[in-house]
Amino acid sequence: MAGRTSSRDSREGTYVPEGIADEFTQGEPGEQANGAPSSSEGKQKPDRPNAPALGLVGTLRWMWRQLTSMRVALMLLMLLAVAAVPGSVLPQRNQDAAGVIEYLADHPTAGEWLDKAGFFDVYSSVWFSAIYILLFVSLVGCILPRSMAHYRALRGRPPRVPSRFNRFPAKASATTDASPEEAADAVAAGLRGKISWLPMFRVDRGEEAARGARPASATVSAERGYLRETGNLVFHLALVGLLVSVATGQLLHYRGQAIVTEGRGFANAVVDYDTFEKGSWFRPESLVPFSMTLDNFESEFASDTVAFAQARDFTAHVTVTEPSGAQRPETIKVNHPLVVDGAKIYLQGNGFAPEITVHDADGEVAFSGRVTFIPEDTMYTSRGVVKVPDVSPGLDQIGLVGYFLPTAEVNADGSARSAFPQPVDPLLVLEVYTGDLGLDDGSPQNVYELDTASLTPAVDESGERIKVLARPGETVELPDGLGTLTLGEDLPRYVALDLRHDPSLAFVLVFALLALAGLTVSLFTPRRRVWARAYVGQDGATVVEVAGLARGDDAGLQAEVDRALAAVPGGVVASGGETRPAAVVEAAAEDEPVQTSVVEPVETRSEKD
Amino acid sequence: MELANLSVLLVWGAATALAVALIAFAVDLSRLSGAKVDARDAARSRERVAVGADAPVDAPVSPYGPDDDAGPGPVAGPVSRKLAGIGMSVTWLAAALLLVAIVLRGIAAGRTPWANMYEFTLVGTFVAVAVFVGVNTRRDVRFLGAFVTGLGVLFLVLAQEKFFIEAMGVQPALQKYWLVIHVGVAICATGIFTVAFVTSALQLLRDGRDNGSPLLGSRHWGWLDHTPAPAALESLSFRLNSVAFVLWTFTLIGGAIWAEDAWGRYWGWDPKEVWSFIVWVVYAAYLHARTTRGWSGTRAAWFVVAGYACVLFNFTGVNLIFNGKHSYSGL
Ligand code: HEM
Repeated sequence: MAGRTSSRDSREGTYVPEGIADEFTQGEPGEQANGAPSSSEGKQKPDRPNAPALGLVGTLRWMWRQLTSMRVALMLLMLLAVAAVPGSVLPQRNQDAAGVIEYLADHPTAGEWLDKAGFFDVYSSVWFSAIYILLFVSLVGCILPRSMAHYRALRGRPPRVPSRFNRFPAKASATTDASPEEAADAVAAGLRGKISWLPMFRVDRGEEAARGARPASATVSAERGYLRETGNLVFHLALVGLLVSVATGQLLHYRGQAIVTEGRGFANAVVDYDTFEKGSWFRPESLVPFSMTLDNFESEFASDTVAFAQARDFTAHVTVTEPSGAQRPETIKVNHPLVVDGAKIYLQGNGFAPEITVHDADGEVAFSGRVTFIPEDTMYTSRGVVKVPDVSPGLDQIGLVGYFLPTAEVNADGSARSAFPQPVDPLLVLEVYTGDLGLDDGSPQNVYELDTASLTPAVDESGERIKVLARPGETVELPDGLGTLTLGEDLPRYVALDLRHDPSLAFVLVFALLALAGLTVSLFTPRRRVWARAYVGQDGATVVEVAGLARGDDAGLQAEVDRALAAVPGGVVASGGETRPAAVVEAAAEDEPVQTSVVEPVETRSEKD
Repeated sequence: MELANLSVLLVWGAATALAVALIAFAVDLSRLSGAKVDARDAARSRERVAVGADAPVDAPVSPYGPDDDAGPGPVAGPVSRKLAGIGMSVTWLAAALLLVAIVLRGIAAGRTPWANMYEFTLVGTFVAVAVFVGVNTRRDVRFLGAFVTGLGVLFLVLAQEKFFIEAMGVQPALQKYWLVIHVGVAICATGIFTVAFVTSALQLLRDGRDNGSPLLGSRHWGWLDHTPAPAALESLSFRLNSVAFVLWTFTLIGGAIWAEDAWGRYWGWDPKEVWSFIVWVVYAAYLHARTTRGWSGTRAAWFVVAGYACVLFNFTGVNLIFNGKHSYSGL
């Protein structure tokens, strides 16, 4: 078994990222044949398109090699970064549909073209999808062969001991009165480490015949850092897993929004949501039929001068009724969604929904109900619309539009706004319109908008629009004898709830964390080789020489070598310093510490104490 | 209020200290470039000899030559580096002042002191300065001093003049431990990216000078000869960038976990999310470029420049120009 040679080293050739000098192979001229980056693995030479006259199959092969090359992966990554930009600059439909409409109105020509090219749905556009799908195809094409190669490499052995140590970046030697075999065994054991099932190094002990002036020696060759490639592969495969789980979630998820006022509730059924959105594989049966009631809602705002009126806390107290009939009280807060049967319920918004009653000119109740007023600023100046149908024959429909002000501040010019979000001095300010609101033709309407274009506003003698003001509990006359309006005494709050179910969440999280772990391992695991040779020197004592080689710049390499040597038993005289390269000795002699990536003299010495 | 005011004063103190350090480092560099130009050539040939004697038979074909280039080496010998030492001490002082300022700010606001742009800038600057002094305890990176302190002064003055808002509590969407983790890690990543960017920028300059760029060849750029060789700068920048990249990856994951609770979805292509993603992809491209033939070395360093530009834009542009869910700058 003398000087067991590693012929499995070919993985270096397959792995070595193009362009990076690989000291691992460089250090061992004897093994170049297998390890040189110029080995005929296809993807090593993407930059030399030897395409001519390959035929269809040949062309496809050639294209596949191109696609799975690092160079193309790099291009696709850059493209992906660039392609993501417009989505942050232009309004996107799924986040800001109103913004898109506005943009289209402002830029009719450019807008139309941009729309055709998918610039308002960038992240689901054909071109954006094409880039990342190609990237992932490239990734899989690149990573699968690497995984096979790594699997083979995992069963390989550390490379043979090089014949001379003197040109290695890290080395040390010592003499001992132990026999060469004992010394080599000790070094090997030290490198393997204490934990038998988790060795630090993969180690081979060997024997070597006499060579030139050097007598027969006991040798150790060791390698660590296989995990680096493992981590890299885990990282890339986890990205694939991440993409697949996100896509699955898109297909299976559903999301519904509902506005619920205090004392009322809703059921988890498609019809009960104000808006409902679902993936193409969603089945309505997957909605668990629980229901929920909003018992009450609390809000808290800062009242100090620095952060005046800033929101501090929102809590919705609810009662959940399971399909079994079991009831339990729960709370929903911002940042703390309520989880019911795998669905998450979020508190997305809140406001006031005062009770408004309108009696028409005939004294009939034409409208009675809670009206949702949507806050437009941080002081909850809230806008709402009341659409009063024509219940008594011969009367017009009435449209009321205006503001609810929790703490009213009316200016001299008649304009009003809210000065604090809590109902300190509430006031309702409405303009009145009459005409055909279109309530009868059955077409769906936006309950928050009143199209006043075809309606007649109520005006006073000077032509100013009349504003109807009402405080809680008050009943006021509508202009032109239209009837009366009553604002309810208490002011119910409403919450906007968002319910979402995405069965892929756990997978998304697991793959994301796997990617993070793989990345960390692959970036920070050092890849090192350490060799040792022990033989009987001229004075009869055993000479132990250790050399180390690392992938790239590795500050801990000399320490590793010194540690390996320190395992040698019996009166060791370390002579590491003397064998260091001239440049390093020179550097160490400077009073200023100098940039030496390989050796850290001070640290090394303290390591051995 | 008292504490908050004291914090502001301390930030000015730190900015002043950084400015002093900047001057010390700058004068130190200019002294170095004043050192005889011959020294440079001497050093060059010396390096060559050392490598020649020592190099393996088939020397690694790295774009920069051997990885373990000994950097400034003996050239610095005759020039006193006293000013650089002073610069270091004052930088330590600045870091300490800034740390106290940040802690006081947190006490005044009664929460983690990184919830808006102003605080983010303070803490990010602190991390950058701390990484610089921290790395310097392990290896000599004083040549970075002028640039790190320069950026630090710039950031602090910007923070005080443009981003300042009073210390106060935060809205419900921010009230979660994720504020500490997600934003804290993002700031650390940003601080480290900053130092790595400075390193890569120096690498590009030094590389330009070494390759006979007419602009960088002039005497004014002589100090570049006293920075480590491009290969050493590259490897320092890579190490910093890989730490920052892992932290950035975590920032994205943590942000997504938080968004799942706070906004009702883990990812929604909000402008801040878009730009964090772009930053991530650019640095991923950097890592790939490093390992691609013909793209390693100088070209890869340009990715760091581009990536850092995206980091800065993500922080300033996205906060100030775009309207997204992530509008917590308080401005
Ligand atoms: C979704 C797209 C991709 C992302 C986000 C990504 C990200 C990353 C990151 C962050 C690393 C750093 C880890 C390291 O340096 O060890 C890395 C390494 C690597 N990636 Fe990718 N990657 C992607 C696609 C690809 C593709 C398509 C390929 C192959 C063509 C590829 C090949 C590699 C290789 C070979 C390394 C290791 C470089 C080394 O050994 O240091 N990656 N990737």
